[in-house]
Amino acid sequence: MKWLSDDKLNYLRTVVANPDFSSTKYTFIKELARGGMGTVYLAEDRELNRLVAIKVLNTPEMTEDLRNRMVREAQIIARLEHPGIVPVHDVGTLPDGRVFYAMKFVRGSRLDEYAAVNDSIRDRLRKFQAVCDAVAFAHAHGVIHRDLKPQNIMIGSFGEVLVLDWGVAKILGGHGDGERGRHGDCHPVSPSPHLRVSTRDGTIIGTRDYMSPEQARGEIDQLDERADVYSLGAVLHFLLKDQPKPGKAAEAICSKARANAKEDRYSSASELSADIGRLLDAEPVSAYQESAIEKASRWVSKNRFLVLLVLAYLLMRIFFVFTSRP
Amino acid sequence: MSKPLIGVILGAVLGVIDGLTAWFTPAVRDQLGGIVIGSTLKGIIAGIAIGFFAKKFHSLPIGIVFGLLVGAFLAWLVAFMQGGYYFEIILPGTLVGLIVGFATQKYGKTPAVNAAQ
Repeated sequence: MKWLSDDKLNYLRTVVANPDFSSTKYTFIKELARGGMGTVYLAEDRELNRLVAIKVLNTPEMTEDLRNRMVREAQIIARLEHPGIVPVHDVGTLPDGRVFYAMKFVRGSRLDEYAAVNDSIRDRLRKFQAVCDAVAFAHAHGVIHRDLKPQNIMIGSFGEVLVLDWGVAKILGGHGDGERGRHGDCHPVSPSPHLRVSTRDGTIIGTRDYMSPEQARGEIDQLDERADVYSLGAVLHFLLKDQPKPGKAAEAICSKARANAKEDRYSSASELSADIGRLLDAEPVSAYQESAIEKASRWVSKNRFLVLLVLAYLLMRIFFVFTSRP
Repeated sequence: MSKPLIGVILGAVLGVIDGLTAWFTPAVRDQLGGIVIGSTLKGIIAGIAIGFFAKKFHSLPIGIVFGLLVGAFLAWLVAFMQGGYYFEIILPGTLVGLIVGFATQKYGKTPAVNAAQ
């Protein structure tokens, strides 16, 4: 009996591990990332001659439930048309029966990698505000992410911010029946009737360091937008933790977003985004009650040039008073 | 708050301060009331002119230069009428114009914002 060499065995393992895209318009290039449920590959779209990221489930056995989950995930992302949410281009089935979906390939770095090389607190807050805006858009369409963390946020090569991995996203009850009509021409998101999948109460979904207390307790049915607000607060904490002096207002915003009781948090991601905007504009924030001295100090800091001009004028006046005396 | 209003308020405040410093000159102390009123009016006139300029033209450098010129001109008029103290009057007056020019360009609602609201 002939034994295969290690090199040949490794080659065979690689061939088995890499998905077969032969019946699709995609050419496999390499594996990009591997998670608990799925793996993301870099591929080339031969028809449009562009690179795409393709997500395929890891499990070799494709059940109807898993198939529905993948298609539902693709449908959720595809309907959230926002510059901060990675667009889905295609969904299909591989020859081995596994469902895949193709999305925009984002050239850039994850938020944790970006923070490792970018110290500027203002830059970090601007990126964070963009994340809040994307999440707020999803919430307005009845979708909560449930797994927000720095590793699921990409900073593109043009500085754009994209929220990835909506694999455990939840559609809130009542959406898709006209409740969100007040948002104008935004279409509410609803999965196809045959794709309704549900997660049992008691299941813990998300990443431990970033999940809300109610998520950690497995209270799936109690989750709403404020669970994402908690996760956003945890992301903000991650961005601020290595800053020597983030400021009392920034810390207060972080604390409010990460309040244990959801009633004490911001009621929405857009509220959190608004407070971050006020912080960036040196305006008072809702999360922090300034003292009179802090208000005056903030005003002076914001209007430094004007204050210097007035001081220069007063000093000049004083100078003339003393020099003009006989 | 509109730009002309900012100009008027700032011009008036600085005009009052300007006038009050005359108290340190004993020779003119008994005319302090008139000096303060005149100085305040000068500040208000400068503020109106600079504020309306800022309402029409949105450029910080040009606004500052216009403020400087208006402040300097009005101060020169005052010094000319007084017949002296040109340096002591024109320099602070020019600086008042600069401050009002800067503030009216940087702060206050622009007409487009007012219309949108």
